[in-house]
Amino acid sequence: MQVELSDLERKALLTRLLGGKLPDQQGRFGPFGGRYAPETLMPALERLEAGVKQYLADPKFIAELGRELDTWVGRPTPLTHARGLSARWGAEVYLKREDMAHTGAHKINNALGQALLARKFGAKQVIAETGAGQHGVATAAACARVGIPCVVYMGAVDIERQAPNVDRMAQLGAKVVAVESGDRTLRAAIDEAFRNWVADPEGSYYLLGSAVGPHPYPYLVRELQTVIGHEARKQMAAMTGGLPDVAFACIGGGSNAIGLFHPFLADEKVQLVGVEAGGRGTGLGENSATLATGTPGVLHGCYSMLLHDEHGQVQETHSVSAGLDYPGVGPEHALLKTIGRVTYTSATDQEALAALQECCAAEGVLPALESAHALAGAKAWAQENPAKRMLIGLSGRGDKDMPTLSKLA
Amino acid sequence: MQPHARISAALNAAVAAGRVGLVPYVTAGYPDRNTFVDTLKKIAAVADVIEVGVPFSDPMADGVTIQRSSRIALEQGVSLRWILAELARAGTVGAPVVLMSYLNPLLVYGYEALATDCVKAGVCGFIVPDLPLEEGEDFRAALDAQGLALIQLVTPATPDDRMARLCAASKGFVYAVTIRGITGGTSELPAAVPAYLDRIKAQVEIPVCAGFGVRRSEQVRDLGRHADGVIVGSALVEQLEAGNDPVEFLKLLRS
Repeated sequence: MQVELSDLERKALLTRLLGGKLPDQQGRFGPFGGRYAPETLMPALERLEAGVKQYLADPKFIAELGRELDTWVGRPTPLTHARGLSARWGAEVYLKREDMAHTGAHKINNALGQALLARKFGAKQVIAETGAGQHGVATAAACARVGIPCVVYMGAVDIERQAPNVDRMAQLGAKVVAVESGDRTLRAAIDEAFRNWVADPEGSYYLLGSAVGPHPYPYLVRELQTVIGHEARKQMAAMTGGLPDVAFACIGGGSNAIGLFHPFLADEKVQLVGVEAGGRGTGLGENSATLATGTPGVLHGCYSMLLHDEHGQVQETHSVSAGLDYPGVGPEHALLKTIGRVTYTSATDQEALAALQECCAAEGVLPALESAHALAGAKAWAQENPAKRMLIGLSGRGDKDMPTLSKLA
Repeated sequence: MQPHARISAALNAAVAAGRVGLVPYVTAGYPDRNTFVDTLKKIAAVADVIEVGVPFSDPMADGVTIQRSSRIALEQGVSLRWILAELARAGTVGAPVVLMSYLNPLLVYGYEALATDCVKAGVCGFIVPDLPLEEGEDFRAALDAQGLALIQLVTPATPDDRMARLCAASKGFVYAVTIRGITGGTSELPAAVPAYLDRIKAQVEIPVCAGFGVRRSEQVRDLGRHADGVIVGSALVEQLEAGNDPVEFLKLLRS
């Protein structure tokens, strides 16, 4: 698994990515990705791969998904000209408003698509993990809509800091299981969801919430999230007559970022910037900036960048935002960093909080703490690059962060 | 004899002596890193092959018992490097040792260096629960070069064609997972297990060992009619956890 690539290899990989050739047959994005799963799950993953291939190419399935996205999720989500931020930053700022999607974040795009797939597979129940609770709420809602029982695994630490979302999941009929093992955050919740999937790989559908995990999940989640970028591209053209100079998105596992970025990959003039959680410092355990400070490794079924020590033990991470608090990152982001098509930066807890407050004051929009990292990264970039047209993925709304924000106030 | 052949030979010798091979699992350095090698030596007196668990931060195929023992071992600073150094210093523990490890610690160690160090430490092979056949080429090549086994797992959900490929690729023994789910599960083995084990036995030359959910002597006896060896993991770790003598427990299982 070679990750040192020559210029020629990097160019070839970008060409293959743009040509729709990645992931390849082995589920790889260049050196990254793959399928490092327990043997018990291999038949289930092969079935899922075959189903994904079939249904994502099925006009009837796509039409049903499209109808649900329009009439139940509320797509397309608006593109807002952020006049206040534009004036403050000396830039032309546009916000892609995933916070306006049903259940309050981009997570619903993926949850709905996969819940419809789960129904096609005849799944008796859906299992899911959640960090900030946004994926859990989206999955609970989508499963209620589609009519499949749903169990959500959530770290005990996250249950405490995202309490409003726990109640929402319960109202929507999901069973929420507190995960007390491991670091008791998103990573432990994924471990536990996998364990429960291993126990019943035929009857359960594992609805993974980010662009991570064994093939075909990173591909499937990307395909379901690119609706963000496709809409934003059209909306930018309609509102500004052109493309943005640069686009920003926050990165935990990286699903909203890959969804926003992917449709712009071929537009060489559009810079793409992913913003990771810089937490409270640069040391191991102080942040969740996997691409900035991690090294290659295998976690949760895929080979990607990872925050781990010299013995290969995965490290605990820190971020004020539960949704970014994850030691791994989607394999496609690892590739995009390696080939240099996307730049990855980070924003600290403090910078994210300041950006959140600025967005509230300037735009009357309360972003999620996750999305506030994208805003903070964009603001820093605007200071270096004045008068640019900027697109920012506002991945979700911050209502669920009120317990954290109240505590910090 | 090549390391992988030592595993098979030990299990074949048990069967030839009219008993089922016993493959106990212990998490390295659990409950106490100071007694690691002593525990292995004691267990080796009643074991045919010993499976040593390399603790990992995210044991996603393991139940609560092994999650707990792994965490405690990690808290004591147990690492793959330490395990290999201890085993090398011990010389031999009295039975062939296989390491059970998730992939990431192996990847970080470096496959070639790992295989070389394993030979020095007397390790005969590996069980890697998150390394399916399709992803195992590089690691298998490094192990093959030193004659070490990469033991493949098969499960009741494994389709026939896949099972044939897994059996053909496995060395040392074939690890037949008897239940769906993670380690340390139910104490009732499904009724279909004998036919499943017979199906595996029919297509391999090397021994077949059954594992997951084994905790009583009747199970060992019943499984022994269809498999060459039986793997006992969580149940043994529970005994260690309770401060009981692991050898007494293993003797009881074999009675």
